[in-house]
Amino acid sequence: MTPLEFTLLAFVLSIAAGFVGSLLGLGGGIIVIPALTLLLHVNIRFAIGASIISVIATSSGAAAAYVREHMSNLRVAMFLEIATTTGAISGAYLSGHIRPAALFLIFGTVMALSALQMLRHNERDSTAPVPPDRIANRLRLHDRYYDPNTGQVVAYRVTHSGLGLILMYLAGGVSGLLGVGSGAMKVLAMDLAMRLPFKVSTATSNFMIGVTAAASAGVYFARGDINPFIAAPVAAGVLGGALAGSHLLGRIDSARVRGFFIVVLLIIAAEMLYRGYASW
Amino acid sequence: MVNVPPNHPLAIDPHSPVHKVEIMLSMILRTGVIASLAIILAGTIVRFAHHHDYLDSQSQLDDLRSRETFPHTIGAVLTGVGQGRSDAIIAVGLLLLIATPVIRVAVSIIAFAYERDLVFVLLTTFVLGMLILSFLLGRAGG
Repeated sequence: MTPLEFTLLAFVLSIAAGFVGSLLGLGGGIIVIPALTLLLHVNIRFAIGASIISVIATSSGAAAAYVREHMSNLRVAMFLEIATTTGAISGAYLSGHIRPAALFLIFGTVMALSALQMLRHNERDSTAPVPPDRIANRLRLHDRYYDPNTGQVVAYRVTHSGLGLILMYLAGGVSGLLGVGSGAMKVLAMDLAMRLPFKVSTATSNFMIGVTAAASAGVYFARGDINPFIAAPVAAGVLGGALAGSHLLGRIDSARVRGFFIVVLLIIAAEMLYRGYASW
Repeated sequence: MVNVPPNHPLAIDPHSPVHKVEIMLSMILRTGVIASLAIILAGTIVRFAHHHDYLDSQSQLDDLRSRETFPHTIGAVLTGVGQGRSDAIIAVGLLLLIATPVIRVAVSIIAFAYERDLVFVLLTTFVLGMLILSFLLGRAGG
């Protein structure tokens, strides 16, 4: 393969990863890392470094729209970023000190868990009373948002801020360790623990992912894990694919697509686990 | 990156200070992403324009894919740009992309200070401190 062919191939794979990632709501990172390591034989450290860059690009692009629409809760985001940045630095620091085989094993596990989590249907009763939370009151985290589907402005209250901080530290740690956005974990923490509406959770997660990823990327860049030759086509490709995916999102039969991709994700997760096991 | 619908009841109020901050943060994010990708693209074009052998030779790929000689300190990036090195130009784009959320946090501090919200000024300053620390930690060999 010539360097030009590699660049074009990495670009096309990254478009596909960003596209599929945005359809699944997973972000491109969790798909682009196996594509780079398994198909293009890129060193897993460079794959993680390139992925974290693409994560910043896609989440910043999406957040630009959500913030404008007052869908992201900025105060909740800023509050939780204390925990995600601390976690991300811990994870990124740790990743430099463990062997690549362990990274494959951890990645395969997280990927399998993300896929299984997508099988679950969220049937929480949104009318149940929200327990009072002193931190949320003191920091004025409660807000309202406009739901374009119903045309209603919905007020909501935030709870369990302390638990949210702990979960966000873990989400930041996974993001820093593996170079992914860990958006699924962030949404879960806000949606289930803190009781933010699902759409607000997704929009706020996107807004936070960029800052979490920047903390990890700082460590990776200074350490020399962000190789410009690999990061350039990956960042551009994932962003392009994610933009295309977000335009298509409303127009496809999402249940069928999700079912198909969950199987694909599980197969890739198994492949990553095998790679880690075989090279241990 | 969709635009706000014109009948949006929350985001449409131009006099709301909260919404002014939101518009500004949105602009920062969008501009940062577009500008950094433009620089990354420019660097990639320079790379292939300078190295015609990258188009037909198979021998350099392993070197490019695994070498650890590309610039990864701010000083080395700036020196490299001065010499017209393509990987340094791409690194400027990558650094701008990493800096985009950092700038967003820094501007948020000013916005909270303007609203006299001391607690959030402190919280956000802590986040900015962690982002700066991340760079120092990586350089320390983390």
